[in-house]
Amino acid sequence: MAVEAQVPYQEAIEVHHPHSWITKYWFSQDHKVIAIQYGITAIGVGLVALALSALMRLQLGFPDTFDFIDPEAYYQFITMHGMIMVIYLLTALLLGGFGNYLIPLMCGARDMVFPFVNMISYHVYFLSVIVLLASYFVPGGPTGAGWTLYPPQAILEGTPGVDWGILTMLGSLAIFIVAFTMGGLNYVTTILQARTRGMTLMRMPLSVWGIFMATVLGLLAFPALFVSAIMMLLDKTIGTSFFMPAISSIGETLDYSGGSPLLFQHLFWFFGHPEVYIVALPAFGIVSDLISTHARKNIFGYRMMVWAIVAIGVLSFIVWAHHMYVSGMHPWFGFFFATTTLIIAVPTAIKVYNWTLTLWRANIHLTVPMLFAIAFVITFVMGGITGLFLGNVIVDVPLSDTYFVVAHFHMVMGVAPILVIFGAIYHWYPKMTGKMLNDTLGHIHFWVTFLGTYIIYYPMHYLGFVGVPRRYFANGDMAIIDSSVEMLNQTITVAALIVGIFQAVFIWNLIYSYFRGKDSGHNPWKATTLEWQTPETPPRHGNWEDKKLPTVHRWAYDYSVPGEEDDFVPQTAPQTGSQPAT
Amino acid sequence: MTTAIILLIVVLGSVLFNMLSPWWFTDIASNWGSIDFAVFVTFWICGVAFVLVGLFMVYAIWKYRRRDGQRAAYEPENKRLEWWLTIVTTVGVVGMLAPGLVVWEEYVDVPDEAAQLEVVGQQWNWSYRLPGEDGLLGAADARRITADNPFGLDPEDPTSHDDVLIAQATLHLPIDRPVKVLLRSKDVLHDFYVPEFRAKMDAVPGMISYFWFTPTKAGTYEVLCAELCGVGHHTMRGTVVVNEREDYEAWLGSQQTFGDTLTRPAGDVAAGQAAYVVCAACHGAQAEGNVALNAPKLTGQSAWYLRRQIAAYKQGLRGTHEDDEFGRQMAPMVATLFDRTAVENVIAYIHSLPDNPAPATVSGDVARGQALYRGCVVCHRADGSGSHGTLAPRLAGMTDWYMAQQLHNFQAGIRGHLMEDTLGRQMVLMSKQLHGDEAIDDVVAYINTL
Repeated sequence: MAVEAQVPYQEAIEVHHPHSWITKYWFSQDHKVIAIQYGITAIGVGLVALALSALMRLQLGFPDTFDFIDPEAYYQFITMHGMIMVIYLLTALLLGGFGNYLIPLMCGARDMVFPFVNMISYHVYFLSVIVLLASYFVPGGPTGAGWTLYPPQAILEGTPGVDWGILTMLGSLAIFIVAFTMGGLNYVTTILQARTRGMTLMRMPLSVWGIFMATVLGLLAFPALFVSAIMMLLDKTIGTSFFMPAISSIGETLDYSGGSPLLFQHLFWFFGHPEVYIVALPAFGIVSDLISTHARKNIFGYRMMVWAIVAIGVLSFIVWAHHMYVSGMHPWFGFFFATTTLIIAVPTAIKVYNWTLTLWRANIHLTVPMLFAIAFVITFVMGGITGLFLGNVIVDVPLSDTYFVVAHFHMVMGVAPILVIFGAIYHWYPKMTGKMLNDTLGHIHFWVTFLGTYIIYYPMHYLGFVGVPRRYFANGDMAIIDSSVEMLNQTITVAALIVGIFQAVFIWNLIYSYFRGKDSGHNPWKATTLEWQTPETPPRHGNWEDKKLPTVHRWAYDYSVPGEEDDFVPQTAPQTGSQPAT
Repeated sequence: MTTAIILLIVVLGSVLFNMLSPWWFTDIASNWGSIDFAVFVTFWICGVAFVLVGLFMVYAIWKYRRRDGQRAAYEPENKRLEWWLTIVTTVGVVGMLAPGLVVWEEYVDVPDEAAQLEVVGQQWNWSYRLPGEDGLLGAADARRITADNPFGLDPEDPTSHDDVLIAQATLHLPIDRPVKVLLRSKDVLHDFYVPEFRAKMDAVPGMISYFWFTPTKAGTYEVLCAELCGVGHHTMRGTVVVNEREDYEAWLGSQQTFGDTLTRPAGDVAAGQAAYVVCAACHGAQAEGNVALNAPKLTGQSAWYLRRQIAAYKQGLRGTHEDDEFGRQMAPMVATLFDRTAVENVIAYIHSLPDNPAPATVSGDVARGQALYRGCVVCHRADGSGSHGTLAPRLAGMTDWYMAQQLHNFQAGIRGHLMEDTLGRQMVLMSKQLHGDEAIDDVVAYINTL
């Protein structure tokens, strides 16, 4: 075959190994080190966002209790929590973290195609996090405009952080996008250009497919956020009117004229909806690999899974205005965007079916990564079907801007991807460190996290049915609610605090197992994909033996192949005549 | 085994929770039963899908759990099954989408007989405008907004003169008549949301959005803002009262038109002085206030605020709570100002009196008060001068014990207890950020320094 005859160009490259501590661990060009840098930074800033959510829940469960939570502080909590979780944790961890770690290893490459740019990418990301967190140290604190940053509110008095916080937020986003672009170009180029012999596109593990498509989405979607951030900065600083019409704010007529708040919303969601899939597609891919590996069975309908990822990626660019059904945009848009949105449910449902059908007639090892994968499917189905409520334009009308929306998006793009990230960390930690994570701690962490988040978010949908609006500092005497709503809010708060505190078990496990964990060996899960076939664990700089990259002979899912003695056949094992070719 | 059982409990528990939940949609009070039907269809299709997928997973996890000697089947694809599932899913999606789009078409398509109603959002209040007899709403522009022209209407536009202005958050609507709601905002995004009507839409500055509905059930409903609009978002409430036709007409007849506000009589100081004699007994000859008689200082307070408080007493929004001893003393007094002219005269007289700062009688921790005042700044301004834009009165130099007393009243539900008193209710929500008497004293002590 032509593909197999080609010598990957990276095979011939001399690898320049770093010599000092600084070049090895800080300014490293090794994709694995960069991945771990991304991972630690993202988890660190994610813990800040977790703490903010605890403060929010304290206010919601027990209003009029805490002196240090006033409306300004509350709206700052929700804004920073949302932005950190979506951008600086999920996007950075799934693409910067897992993308960096897995792409070269799973494709059989020595490293990213542009290792230097890859290194810069992380440091620019780190800078964006610093600028973001600096929001808490500027006069007035961070912006409280909500993570959607809708103008005119975001840059007018009456919103916290209107002097400085909004500037650091927009600046940080612009810097993040620069970092992402450098990383993203690397991921795409590496996947397209640096796959090893025999690694055809249709032999790639679904993790790589998911990360690939998500990166393409990111490269196309983030520019929309970039320009809207720049335009809003100009509106704020030099008084342009991109998004600002004539306004009378708090009794004073402002100098703005002719801008459109809806223009921002279109730009924001042109980014914002693909962003959902930038987070979801890597999770889809990774969870497919977790389920297949731990069920000891090939992923069901691989080709359909690949096409579903591609179809979802393409469709995700023409559904954005379903976030704007009650925004005042022309109502005829509702027909179009409701239709495209519900169409996207079909490939998404196929993915769910295929995950569950992979379990059928499998040999399911209920390891910790597998538990997280199963929990993901349940959570994702719940978050997915509630998305059909909100996508179906008329059903969205009573539910939009209520707690139904909060419950929905936390299930589908908060908890679900986080469950995959946890599963993935339990799964690949042995490759990253050579140690197994502690199983007992893993089980405790899993059950509290899965059941806890379900108790938080499942009942929250019902607050939305009642009509309780989101983003309220306090409900007060609201006509539609009674004391049962307060009770439910308190229950949710207690559950949220417990889940939050138990994440310490996970952090402790990461640290404890690094020093005291069982040795994992090269391939503890008996997995087929290339990263488990490295000569060393953790893999060295350059990943493979000098001048010798692995050769791929089969797809990534040869589990329990009839006639084989082991229940897995690595991708590097040559085909024998009797086996099903893929 | 345990895992399968717990997952089964999660799936069945979700169903059980749904059956036992006391939390569900409010009773509908509009024509949008079809929205409820679309929700119902979506709910059942999605609910069944969730339960089926969940139970299938639980069964697979139990049946194919790891066993010695067991080996998984090798089945890369099953074209027939995949097509079959795709078709079933598509049918389910069409089953939700088709009725949904039909109802959306109704939502978009306003009936010809619908009456126009303009809803105006601003930080953090609602107000309303009706087209008047000509059936036309006059041109409005945010750049024309002033304290005397809060709707920003054009006096040169003849169609605006008969527009009925409801410059407060309580709106009445006649039952069973469709209304086309035109939404406008002065400043930021808002969203006019009455849960019982199901319908909602954002108000966007610089443009006009719309939706329509027909109120079908008499009663009083709360308006909420459903689009984040700044620190006062949660306090942006209003009231819709759905009346029988006669009651509605009576209410409508008592409202002012834009023309009325243009022809507001100029206050006559001399006539006001005569009328003020009644007030002077408590508020003092110089309107400087009198702590012994529980009367606050009036000088220095803006005309629009005095006007609104007099109206609030007249409408029974203030001075009706049984524990509001001093408010109840005030309520009969405003009756002596029997018409608009009398009100304007007395306000003109009060404004002719010297404005000296009220003496400080409340003491507290000024530094802590300053921190607490952060929550008041946006509406009452950093210098405590108040703002007609946020309908917030001046605080600086005004009577401190009265402010403390009113904060207590707000917290205790003595003031702002009526659904229609939306500004009072706003202060109830804001005042609850002051935890305890000391906090009230501290913030008032800080206001004394302004």
